[in-house]
Amino acid sequence: MNPILISILLMAAVTFLTRWLPFAAFRPGQPIPKTIAYLGQVLPMAMMAMLVVYGLRTASWLGPYHGTPELLALALTGFIHHWKQNSLMSIGCGTLFYMFLVQQIFR
Amino acid sequence: MDQTKKEALGASLAVFPGYLVVGIAFGLLAQQHQISWGWAVLMSVVVYAGSMQFVGISLIAQAASPLQVIFMTLAVNLRHLFYGFSFLQEFGERGLRRLYLIFGLTDETYGLLCQKKLEKRAAPQRLYFWITLLDQLWWIWGTLIGAAVGSVIPFDTTGIDFAMTALFFVTCLDQLKSANTPIPTGIGLISAVAALVFFGADGMILPALVMIAAGLLGVRRTLQRRGLIQ
Repeated sequence: MNPILISILLMAAVTFLTRWLPFAAFRPGQPIPKTIAYLGQVLPMAMMAMLVVYGLRTASWLGPYHGTPELLALALTGFIHHWKQNSLMSIGCGTLFYMFLVQQIFR
Repeated sequence: MDQTKKEALGASLAVFPGYLVVGIAFGLLAQQHQISWGWAVLMSVVVYAGSMQFVGISLIAQAASPLQVIFMTLAVNLRHLFYGFSFLQEFGERGLRRLYLIFGLTDETYGLLCQKKLEKRAAPQRLYFWITLLDQLWWIWGTLIGAAVGSVIPFDTTGIDFAMTALFFVTCLDQLKSANTPIPTGIGLISAVAALVFFGADGMILPALVMIAAGLLGVRRTLQRRGLIQ
């Protein structure tokens, strides 16, 4: 078999495995242990905060601007979201603002 | 188009620009490494994991061994182990739709579904399915464009990947608004920042997950005693 195809299929299988394991461990209808139910309740919040940091992990925190464009864009995103309650608008404005900042100001 | 599909389309528009552009970037990268567009598209169809596919291109380019591929995929995608716990009930009991929902649980789709989960609807599987499917279509579409004509994009797209972070951030804000306590969010934030500072951008995931799990289990009794969670 083609080595590229083997690599791709392995990546696909392992990726699916990481997404499927929680579902395999707890069949639907079966009572979920209290600890797992608790984690299901609070994990989305913790994971989402982690993903924000993960998304900014390659920003140049120790560079000349210390992540200023990232923090400014996040602030604007948060402000518009608080003001308009429209996810698409907040994400769109925040992203355009960030693109402007890194392309024109913080180069 | 019925109401559910309309709603799914509206929701998945949040990841549309990001997936399209990052998909294009992925297609471009494959092209640069002389990996044919067919392989790139196949990866977006069967692997469907943003950062893993980028790593995958370099693995393929350097002809990594199967064992290397397996361990690298595990390390990069380990965070997905934590996503399913949020949707154990919501994805339904069985069937192909459930399998596809599990297959398509990327970071961004997870973010969107977490947002929809806040609405607490009765049978969300159909809506979830269409959101997941549309997200993957944007991703495949981007891959195709990038692999085929990526070198002639007329404008500077630097910074457009911020859309992903903005989606996570907005979801964070919505969760905070509907929750009784900011403590889980705080634990995630502190763990991730600490992991980034001490382990760097490439090694932050695993330590962050460990700290998050430990932190959340640590505050469980306090949260329950104060009635902040059920």
